[in-house]
Amino acid sequence: MQLPAPFDYERATSVDHAIQLLDRLGSGARIVAGGHSLLPMMKLRLVNVEYLIDINDLHRELGYVRVEPARIRIGAMTRHRELLDSPELRRSLPIFHDAERAIADPLVRNRGTIGGALCQADPSEDLSAVCTTLDASCVIRGPGGERVVTMAEFYRGPYETAVGAAEILTEIRIPLRPNGSSAFEKVGRRAGDWPIVSCGVAVWLDGAVITDARVGLAAVGPNTTGIPTVSRALRGRPPSEELFAEAGAIAAACCTPVDDQRGSAGYKRHLAAELTRRALRRAVARLDGRES
Amino acid sequence: MQVTMTVNGAEATGEIEARLLLVHFLRDHLSLTGTHWGCDTSNCGACAVWLDGEPVKSCTVLAAMAAGHEVRTVEGLERFGELDAVQRGFMECHGLQCGFCTPGMLMTARALLDRNPSPSEQEIREAISGQTCRCTGYATIVRSVQWAAAEEAGTRTSIVDDGAP
Ligand code: FES
Ligand code: FES
Repeated sequence: MQLPAPFDYERATSVDHAIQLLDRLGSGARIVAGGHSLLPMMKLRLVNVEYLIDINDLHRELGYVRVEPARIRIGAMTRHRELLDSPELRRSLPIFHDAERAIADPLVRNRGTIGGALCQADPSEDLSAVCTTLDASCVIRGPGGERVVTMAEFYRGPYETAVGAAEILTEIRIPLRPNGSSAFEKVGRRAGDWPIVSCGVAVWLDGAVITDARVGLAAVGPNTTGIPTVSRALRGRPPSEELFAEAGAIAAACCTPVDDQRGSAGYKRHLAAELTRRALRRAVARLDGRES
Repeated sequence: MQVTMTVNGAEATGEIEARLLLVHFLRDHLSLTGTHWGCDTSNCGACAVWLDGEPVKSCTVLAAMAAGHEVRTVEGLERFGELDAVQRGFMECHGLQCGFCTPGMLMTARALLDRNPSPSEQEIREAISGQTCRCTGYATIVRSVQWAAAEEAGTRTSIVDDGAP
């Protein structure tokens, strides 16, 4: 029987209570949300905790998707399934729907949360690539109050984030700009698996010209990576198959995949190019109303 | 620590270690061995139960996390001595061979039909995509769920499914 090593269990009843618990219990305390990353790691003794602070009751406070004119705010306890099912999100940011369809499986999606996924900071994690692509920012609350960091600041390295000892991620904020769309493409070894490579794209058009574009890749570097060189290459040019291929080639050149059991570095580079191309094609098609 | 939760409509209490997983609480403390325990790594779905009405993998939920919540297991499908339509569907359409994956499949199927009474084959396959049948009876599992959907809609035409493999 695989059980985690012994720990004490606490249940937080509010964000402030969770912060108090973290503050009081010190460095041996760890937050659990959906638990689908943390509990398996605890079973394998890759993570050992003295105190586990269950924040599932905070779903009432932190489970939401709120659309505002210039941004969308997503509560950290919003579950994958809620992101997948949210019509507002599908309308404004279809990249979420694309990604969520391919994250784990329906049962896992019933539990796992966006906050947990981001805090796990796995370089292969799809929602991290989505948030990187969308230039999201993260709201972190601690005993001293709230601070907001960019995704680039949030990720410190594999499995490491800017969330400090007595802090908790409470919200993800995504800017909304007009005349834009987005898409996500992923290739995995089998349904519901981690990606070999996945790619998010957001693109904005003014008439026939791309005004801005962002590409985020997962599983091809120490963290999910945004590729500014691709954005520069796309700006000011009309969308075309040639341009998408050019962007793909830049993405492949800019990432740093390694050989592992999911594939060779060469194959991953190939995927980075191809998936960038496909995601750009799909996002632009959505803008033209050719695809939903 | 002491935990109390509702299991199949009745209150269940136990004195447990915080690290105990829900699947073991159900099987070892409550003797509800209908819920199976397979991979232990949230891959196979043999351990699927409902937590507050949604199917989850009980090998990846602590019993402590379920305290105060509502759990439903395969034992809770039968009502007043009568099997649920999904259970009858699995019987009629050879939806099980060894039966190991069956409790999990049944719980997911019931949740699917509650939300979507006439799912397409694709929707059924997606709903069970987090679950493994090692006897690879997926075709008959899909048919069993379709049988249950038709039964509940009152549109089922023949009693016995002839399409068994
Ligand atoms: S035992 Fe829980 S998913 Fe396999
Ligand atoms: S019936 Fe044997 S595992 Fe599914």
